[in-house]
Amino acid sequence: MNHSRRKAIKTGGGVLAMLFAAGVIGPEVVLAQNLGESAFSMKTLAEVMRAVGAQSPATSDAIVIKAPSIAENGAVVPVSIESKLPGTESITLLVEKNPTPLVASFGIPAGTEGNISTRVKMGQTSDVYALVKADGKFYMAKQEIKITLGGCGG
Amino acid sequence: MSISMFMSEYKCVAVAMVMVASVFDASAQSSAVDEIARYRAQLQDGNPAELWEARGEDLWKQKRGPKNVSLEGCNIGKGAGVVKGAYAQLPRYFADADRVMDLETRLVHCMVTLQGFSYADATRRVFGSGSNRSDLEALTAWITSESKGVVMNVALNHDKEKEAYNLGEKMFFFRGGPHDFACSTCHAESGKRIRLQDLPNLTEKKGAQLGYTTWPAYRVSQGELRTFQWRLNDCFRQQRFPELVFGSEISIALTTFLANNANGAAFNAPAIKR
Amino acid sequence: MADPMRIRAAVRDGVVNVKVLMSHEMETGQRKDAAGKLVPAHYIRSVSATYQGKTVLSAQWGPAISKNPYLEFNFKGGQKGDKVIVIWEDNKGEKRSDEATIA
Repeated sequence: MNHSRRKAIKTGGGVLAMLFAAGVIGPEVVLAQNLGESAFSMKTLAEVMRAVGAQSPATSDAIVIKAPSIAENGAVVPVSIESKLPGTESITLLVEKNPTPLVASFGIPAGTEGNISTRVKMGQTSDVYALVKADGKFYMAKQEIKITLGGCGG
Repeated sequence: MSISMFMSEYKCVAVAMVMVASVFDASAQSSAVDEIARYRAQLQDGNPAELWEARGEDLWKQKRGPKNVSLEGCNIGKGAGVVKGAYAQLPRYFADADRVMDLETRLVHCMVTLQGFSYADATRRVFGSGSNRSDLEALTAWITSESKGVVMNVALNHDKEKEAYNLGEKMFFFRGGPHDFACSTCHAESGKRIRLQDLPNLTEKKGAQLGYTTWPAYRVSQGELRTFQWRLNDCFRQQRFPELVFGSEISIALTTFLANNANGAAFNAPAIKR
Repeated sequence: MADPMRIRAAVRDGVVNVKVLMSHEMETGQRKDAAGKLVPAHYIRSVSATYQGKTVLSAQWGPAISKNPYLEFNFKGGQKGDKVIVIWEDNKGEKRSDEATIA
């Protein structure tokens, strides 16, 4: 964990570090970048979970994934994640069967709602995981999304 | 193509066929259709076409070309510089060019006559791809967005407008190419689809309106904004017809036929499609 | 330089809803071009949003975020007329910063 955090600050912090130095943003921004770039190259869900420090997160009904169960095109799959867990600190989005499952991680500062929407690429039908860190503990929810065209329309 | 992300296109097609087969077993069919509708609905908010619209507005107002003037002096049908609602009345006859023009052709005309670009330069990149971006697509995105909600009203007053409509109708039903295909092969019957895409019946009012008023569109499969000229060009390719020349008489004739058939419906683009 | 973002921010019942569209290719690094050569990865890898100097969202992305990315989030306590600033940086070090006024 500490190792990857340091690495993130070193490699991924360009613009953030600059703003931090300029006093535009507080130190919490840099600390929220708690995943090393290497986590994005990991090939399995288990590897990423280990790297994040979430070996066996409990499934929680307080995490809701809003996504269609069938997507017309894998190049653009709309996914919303809502965490109703008090003290939500981060939301991480993973697609199990992508070549590299880690898609995105969002740091949620106090005052920001645990509610994120974005669009992701999926190479094939897969479970999509929402991993939430709240009050220092990890929780998760998952949903299967079927892909009818793996991003190959004409 | 910019679309096969993780696999080769060949593999993608194979996966697609398997998936369609399993998605569309009899019991699952209606729920699958509902879920696809949900997928499409969830994409509506935050259409990347807006990125093209913003660039198009800048291009319209920027001084460009050998004559270093903006396009604000360009008359696209409602007077010089008037953009609001103009697209809902195109194509139309323009006396200064003595021909019927659609938006894209008219923009090229203004780039040549007002800004001093050569025709070759103005049409060098009519369809963009990745970092090779098309100014015409951006301009078209912005101008069409300024007709959102405006009722389609394409007139057939001038003889050349009527001529264009009639020629367009003829082309729509014209069968040719190695597959003996016509536009009407896919678009003259209700309830047809290719894979999961419903094919609008363009010979009926409702289908003609739905089809025409949702172009231009951001194509999620390509990550590009596509104009109506592109739509027709790609239909020709799919029919294995000779390439449809950009701004050609036949392309404008087909557009006139289809746009006029959509009269009475509110224009609703740039849209977002698969 | 990269195109500007489209940012919409609107406050309702004390909660600011922010919607962002970014112009970016988001190349995975796994796709081959027509000549069979791998197209190098090119993607936004960090995004942050600030309101009055305070971070309201920070994100780390990989290349599996869709081309021309869309992001929506909500934060409490923003006032109408104030600005929200969004910044991204990609894996080639290119940066873009834009702002929107809360409606």
